[in-house]
Amino acid sequence: MSQTPQQLDHAVTIFEKSKSGRRAFTPPAAEVPDRPITELIPERMLRVSPAKLPEVSEPEIVRHYTRISKRNFDLDSGFYPLGSCTMKHNPRLHERVAALPGNSRLHPLQDERRAQGALELMWNLQHALGEVAGLPHVSLQPSAGSHGELAGVLLTRAYHEDRGDRRTKVLTPDTAHGTNPATVTMCGYEVVKVGTNPDGGVDLDDLREKADDQVACLMLTNPNTLGLFDTNIEEIAEIVHGVGATLYYDGANLNAVMGISRPGDMGFDIVHFNLHKSFTQPHGGGGPGAGPIAVSERIEPYLPRPQVVRLEGNGGEQPTFTLDDDRPKSIGRLRGFQGNYGVFVRSYAYIRSLGAEGLREASELAVLNANYLLARLSEKGVVEYLPVAYDRVCMHEFVLSGAPMKRDLGIRTLDLAKRLLDHGYHPPTVYFPLLVDEALLIEPTETETKETLDAFADAIAEILVEAANDPSVAQAAPYSTPVRRLDEAGAAKQPVVRQPL
Amino acid sequence: MSSYTAATEQDIVEMLAKIGCDSIEDLFAAIPEGVRFDSRLDLPEGKPEQEVYAELRELSARNTSADDEVTFLGAGMYDHYVPSLIDALTSRAEFLTPYTPYQPEVSQGGLQVMFEYQTAISELTGLPVSNASLYEGPSAVGSAAYLAKLVNGRSRHLVSRGVHPHSRATLETLAVGNGTTVEEIPLKDGVTDIEALQAMLGDDVGAVILQQPNFLGSVEDIEQLTAVAKAHGALVIASCDPIPLGILQPPGEQGVDVVVGEGQTLGNRLDYGGPSFGFFAVAQEHIRKMPGRIAGETTDADGRRGWVLTLQTREQHIRREKATSNICTAQALNALAGVVYLAWLGRRGLVELGELLVRRTDFARSQLLALDGVTALHEQPVVREFAIQLDVPVAAVIERCQAEGVNPGFELGREYPEYSNGLLVALTERRGRADIDLLVEVLSSAITAERASRTAVVA
Repeated sequence: MSQTPQQLDHAVTIFEKSKSGRRAFTPPAAEVPDRPITELIPERMLRVSPAKLPEVSEPEIVRHYTRISKRNFDLDSGFYPLGSCTMKHNPRLHERVAALPGNSRLHPLQDERRAQGALELMWNLQHALGEVAGLPHVSLQPSAGSHGELAGVLLTRAYHEDRGDRRTKVLTPDTAHGTNPATVTMCGYEVVKVGTNPDGGVDLDDLREKADDQVACLMLTNPNTLGLFDTNIEEIAEIVHGVGATLYYDGANLNAVMGISRPGDMGFDIVHFNLHKSFTQPHGGGGPGAGPIAVSERIEPYLPRPQVVRLEGNGGEQPTFTLDDDRPKSIGRLRGFQGNYGVFVRSYAYIRSLGAEGLREASELAVLNANYLLARLSEKGVVEYLPVAYDRVCMHEFVLSGAPMKRDLGIRTLDLAKRLLDHGYHPPTVYFPLLVDEALLIEPTETETKETLDAFADAIAEILVEAANDPSVAQAAPYSTPVRRLDEAGAAKQPVVRQPL
Repeated sequence: MSSYTAATEQDIVEMLAKIGCDSIEDLFAAIPEGVRFDSRLDLPEGKPEQEVYAELRELSARNTSADDEVTFLGAGMYDHYVPSLIDALTSRAEFLTPYTPYQPEVSQGGLQVMFEYQTAISELTGLPVSNASLYEGPSAVGSAAYLAKLVNGRSRHLVSRGVHPHSRATLETLAVGNGTTVEEIPLKDGVTDIEALQAMLGDDVGAVILQQPNFLGSVEDIEQLTAVAKAHGALVIASCDPIPLGILQPPGEQGVDVVVGEGQTLGNRLDYGGPSFGFFAVAQEHIRKMPGRIAGETTDADGRRGWVLTLQTREQHIRREKATSNICTAQALNALAGVVYLAWLGRRGLVELGELLVRRTDFARSQLLALDGVTALHEQPVVREFAIQLDVPVAAVIERCQAEGVNPGFELGREYPEYSNGLLVALTERRGRADIDLLVEVLSSAITAERASRTAVVA
């Protein structure tokens, strides 16, 4: 088989390109006395030999990283229906405003009176997120969804302990994101799993059985990771609150319900947002993100510090904004400074662009796109091999099972995913949620066109036809990518995690 | 209103027909009446792009940034020059817009960057294993303490008072969850008091947490402190500013088990505190207890070199409640800026930058200490930041300096009541001789003016 130019281009690291004597950086003149360093710092505390960083010229650096960037698939180039990740368009306006010097060169410890624009922006964003959540109090500090979860469970703990109530368990559904149980452990609680009913929602009998006075919290995603809105949410809230526990909303799937249904109105006490999902912060190949939380009145005293607050002006004066550190019941700090402010700027720009109507429309069209794609994938030729796991109207994403495909065509979900790469698509999330055999979790988002969805559905149908003829094609896919299937087991057995130099 | 959607009315009609539904509203039928939001979110109207730009620009103009004053403010984040190639590379869609590299065949760019980044961090820290980034500095310190708990299960953690106040606060927050207690090792003469540490140590101490240089700018004797701590079997964690690591002995070679830190100084903007990245490196024996993503080298089906996310059985999406951390999204794009910056500085440039900082800092320190009303808060060796004491209230002096366009540094009394007259002054390569001379002049005048106003009040 002929190889593509990228496949012929053997990967070389920046360290391997190093050549003694090359450089990019020119230091500014010191302009101060040239004292020997050993006079200023004791010699035994100094390095004996320099860190073996590469020696490369500026053009080489630019070419190196530009070349390897092209070995990435990215959202600007193609459809990215990665379930539970909300890969919606990243407007470039946001990069422009985040880069304004008043934002990008603002020191986090600048006197608050000289950072009023930043504090006002943060306060406005808090207000907007609180409105979307239907909960009045917001902390922007957590840096990602999992960090928001950590905040949420610590808030739960502080809330109970403040009332002299020491609890030991946190409930998570078996469909939950892995971050939920991992967070529970980090907060010193025991994880108790709750089952799923035949409709894809929380099994109420199981919940009732497990909800007792030792339960601190139920962590829930709604719509859940099956893409289904839990119709029993009011009853769930009643059961959880009935035993004195809190209800936590994992906001990974908020993109389905903005302006349509609010977690606070559903009975949730604590909500986290993923600004890198619903609110367009680019994912950056694995961050940065931000995971603000919104909470109810009873949780408010425990919010992280500092908190951005607005002070009303006296007699017609403008309000001012300040960082309130004096919060005696606060769980404390989760990180340095005020959070990922650059992310706040981008998400605030998004909210100002869309407004209330735009956010609601975004969710409506996200759900329309998902149901349309599901309908297209429920056509003859696909549905026999990739049935939907729960046959209901879905929200912003849905789960197919590749079990019949594996049985009848001999290709697994993994093979289908890899073959999609040859068609120029990023595959959906695979093998999650865990309770669906050979799962594919598909989230198209509202920013994709009908034509894109049609073409994607056609590509899947085509792969299935191909597999019926010859399953080995998909089994050995991909063929056109910069590298082909990689030996992950080998990588884990003998980890090579840095370049030997 | 701006919109980034594409569905036309005709599209919507056709799509609903395909779904077999009469209206978009019907798609939401599963949401019970009682929890539907029937009114309109209380948010301002959406606006066209140019108006949003204007609003955001107006807000940003109300901030005094490092563009607007000559700043010597540091205390954890520093105004280094970010070279233009970083803007160019980090704004490439291929790096900016992908998700975490779950499909390695189409993520080789990002994975190779992680591998190169890990190599650079390993070189800086003197430890063999780095992850691909954590959120930022103080939370990385918290993650290191959690690793210590996983490794030895001991419940007392000792943290130097020279560790950044935000790191100490984060440790306290997380300790509630992981069942540890955090005790503070006092400072003496501007560095961690080794005798006090000695007295606090015992077989129940799981971790000793230090910072290099410490919050007061002092270079700590990490080697000695580490030796004392390890004699009692404690894990030693050092939170480091990566730029000084270019000239200081790597903590990994001094016996430190875990080196973490705030990565902002490596090619990242101030951004009012984030996003930046946290780095995290460990000794080989702790590799399977690491938090976060790790890229590893491997080969593809045809024998080509490639990279994957490895040791994923530590992670939340596989191990769930038994994971070594809950972290998922971290700071990949900021870590990219970090490794590009280190390549740009290069092997010699990092040393040159470090030495430049040492000399300019020494010069600025001696010039300021020569002023009437200024004394040293400590006399320890420093790299890029130092602490002085004023004989008049620090906040008032800072205010006077800022009115003259100079931000002289951080008021230590905000975090250290015992140094209520302390000022922490930071240098970067952007503050040249003329800026230092200006600082000396403006600070001197401010002190004089402040003294005069106090005398006037007394009189």
